[in-house]
Amino acid sequence: MSGAETAVHAGAAFQRRPLVLLFRRAWRQGRTRIGVFLVLLLVGTALIGPLFAPHSPSEFVGLPNGGPSSAAKLGTDNLGRDILSRFLWGGRSILGLSVAATAIGLVFGVTIGLVAAYSRSILDDVLMRAMDVILAFPSIVLALVAVATVGPKLWLIVLTVGITTAPRVARVTRGASLDVVERDFVRAAEAIGESHGRILLGELLPNVTSPLLVEASLRLTYSIGLIAGLSFLGFGLQPPAADWGLMINENRLALTVHPWGVVMPVVAIALLTIGTSLIGDGLSRAAAGIERGGAE
Amino acid sequence: MSGRRSDVVLRVEGLRIEVEGSGVDIVDDVGFHISAGEVLGLVGESGSGKTTVGLALLGHTRRGARIAAGRIAIGELAVLGQSPAALRAMRGKVVSYVPQDPGAALNPALRIGTQLEETLEAHGFGSSAEERRTRLGEMLDEVLLPSDSAFVRRYPHQLSGGQQQRVGLAMAFACRPSVIVLDEPTTGLDVTTQAHVLQTVRMLCDTHGVAALYVSHDLAVVATLANRVAVMYAGRMVEVGTERTLFLTAAHPYTRRLVEAIPEMSGKHALEGIPGTAPRPGHRPTGCFFAPRCDFAVEECTGSFPPVEQLGENHEVRCFRHGDVATELARERRPAPALPAAETDTLLSVRKLDAFHGSFQFVFDVDLTVKPRQCVALVGESGSGKTTLARCIAGIHANFTGDVSLRGEAVPHGARERDRRLRREIQYVFQSPYSSLNPRRTVGQIIAQPLKLFFDPSRQETHDRTLRALERVSISTSVIDRYPHELSGGERQRVAIARALVAEPSLLVCDEITSALDVSVQAAIVDLIAELQREMNLGLLFVTHNLALIRTIAEEVAVMSGGRIVEEGPVDRVLDSPQEDYTKRLLTDTPSLEAALAAPGA
Repeated sequence: MSGAETAVHAGAAFQRRPLVLLFRRAWRQGRTRIGVFLVLLLVGTALIGPLFAPHSPSEFVGLPNGGPSSAAKLGTDNLGRDILSRFLWGGRSILGLSVAATAIGLVFGVTIGLVAAYSRSILDDVLMRAMDVILAFPSIVLALVAVATVGPKLWLIVLTVGITTAPRVARVTRGASLDVVERDFVRAAEAIGESHGRILLGELLPNVTSPLLVEASLRLTYSIGLIAGLSFLGFGLQPPAADWGLMINENRLALTVHPWGVVMPVVAIALLTIGTSLIGDGLSRAAAGIERGGAE
Repeated sequence: MSGRRSDVVLRVEGLRIEVEGSGVDIVDDVGFHISAGEVLGLVGESGSGKTTVGLALLGHTRRGARIAAGRIAIGELAVLGQSPAALRAMRGKVVSYVPQDPGAALNPALRIGTQLEETLEAHGFGSSAEERRTRLGEMLDEVLLPSDSAFVRRYPHQLSGGQQQRVGLAMAFACRPSVIVLDEPTTGLDVTTQAHVLQTVRMLCDTHGVAALYVSHDLAVVATLANRVAVMYAGRMVEVGTERTLFLTAAHPYTRRLVEAIPEMSGKHALEGIPGTAPRPGHRPTGCFFAPRCDFAVEECTGSFPPVEQLGENHEVRCFRHGDVATELARERRPAPALPAAETDTLLSVRKLDAFHGSFQFVFDVDLTVKPRQCVALVGESGSGKTTLARCIAGIHANFTGDVSLRGEAVPHGARERDRRLRREIQYVFQSPYSSLNPRRTVGQIIAQPLKLFFDPSRQETHDRTLRALERVSISTSVIDRYPHELSGGERQRVAIARALVAEPSLLVCDEITSALDVSVQAAIVDLIAELQREMNLGLLFVTHNLALIRTIAEEVAVMSGGRIVEEGPVDRVLDSPQEDYTKRLLTDTPSLEAALAAPGA
């Protein structure tokens, strides 16, 4: 009885959690819904697409650069492999790599940003100037240097893209936290002797999640673009593996004859990035209180 | 007060302001009038709709609200139904506005001279730049600011809070409007500055025959300034009358409770808060909105909202039982509780404390003693160093020299250097409950935080102790899984107090804990703190700028000015026969109902 009541209470409390309210406000906007739809569509394609692929991505099914046929619905690529199958297989890597890179960037960026904002000392300057140094390099150049030195390793790409993402996340985190650090509840936690780690994670972090969510979706958009670009340049997945970026490179010479080999991955990458940035936009508008809609 | 009094300048009838879309009323059925040279005080708790009414006089509503019905006439001019361009031309020229926070209202990037000239220019005041400059000088003279060119070239941040508000006043009076709306213009100011600004307002209204609406939650301020007072409750005007009538023989139970909640300098009576909270728009009951909190409520009160009844020439009330309220003058007010006998041993002792912000010294050579079960009040204006001193004691501000000891045991300076027991024994309650509670934690989580750190309790024990703490500060235990933004200011401050008390401290430092709250809530919080102090045998350091508050709670008082303690001693002695000039000045400048009513010809 009392257990059920507690559960009901907990449910009600969950409904009123600030983050839940943020998501609900974001969801009321058309742009967020379109973004979520696009992302789900593309993520769905990448995750379950291989189950529906008629062929293995590396199987030769016809002549190179062949037109659509019964064996290859969208034609064949520069080596005679099925474009549709390669497309359905090719989303996993780009999605996995960019999500992993964004996650690494978030972890580093948030940690550095929170520590910098909270330290209120020389450490703040040291950390943020270090971030500025990384920011000074164009991220694609930094990634190319790393890959050229060590070789085209996937972990290296994830790490480099993650590291180039971190400074921007750190800046946003620090900026949002500076306000929060001055609030009295942080003083209150210090006065009762709460540990530094708990103050960062328990007092500061929950109060900067709204701008961070916006930043995370934006950084994911950039990571997708960057990783697709690296694959296109041949530094990502190595042939014969299927990958959207790689596909564009492989088929670009046949673009005028058989466009599907380029158009499919290009459209997929474009829609994915548009989707993530629409979600970010919806979240940021909800967080800023624009288009608040009805009363809460 | 003068012959002009009968010329009604502003007349408001049946004003209704709604939430756009839903049609929920924020303010309804509000009507009043103001004559030339008269100041009408509009008082009410936060959320009562008083600022909404004030802004409506300028034809303005906050985003999401709209004026749905009513008539506002300034002389022959109808304010409502005008085009945006006509409204802009009217604002500043016919009716002007003085905002609450002058620091935020002045453009920080423009010199004050430029901003003042802009006002004149926008309304085509004067025919030449030369004429406007002369007028600028006059304006500054009127509000008692220097009018030399060096002053005019200053930026807002180079002025004190009082000077900024004077600039705001000068700007409002610049084009000689006939109506002026003052929205709590002295709330952020020190009592001395406030007293001077209030005098200036009074003087300007008198000399120029301006009808002023003075919106405030501070009844003592209103009593010193206003000719008549209108009381708002939950979007309705419940009583209007001359300030003597309202403060001495109020006919509405709400007005009466509001007056009783004002701390008296004489401290004869206990402070009494009003239980419950005012209903928000959309949650207002049928019948009289005050009925659920009213001692006089009968069945009739829940039927319909009482009509306006004329009780005298200048006295209107909306209460079915005003007759009973008026005859029940003899209602016993609770006398102030006797304070416990002083102890001989020492709880907290501060010796030769000097505190710094960076290399700048804020507190000089302070000695202070708090005995067990004793309440010491620390009084001073903003910038006097009282908060810094309180924070040094609580370990929140570590940049100080000197000795702090608790029961003779030396206390390290920063909270991090103190051991768990010392951190537990000294607890601090912050000024603003809006900033001291983490908005992303529930009340339960907030109160559990110190419990976990100090006692390592089991889950069940944490829950039980949290519930007990909430009961102890008299709020419903159902708030345990609410977030701070779902609570009222008074409830939040109670949660903050509960958080301090679960640590079972021996010394509680309260830093201006009521200054962010309404007067009725302030009374309840002070009452609660006094009761808890007795129950839990706490030593209390009560920091406040409000001298009237301390008589009901403290035995000893230390008056701070410029970072030094200038006078200390028993409260009665210091308040009745102050020795230092500073204390005397502070006492005269503190607005009080008693002084305002005792003054002849008010």
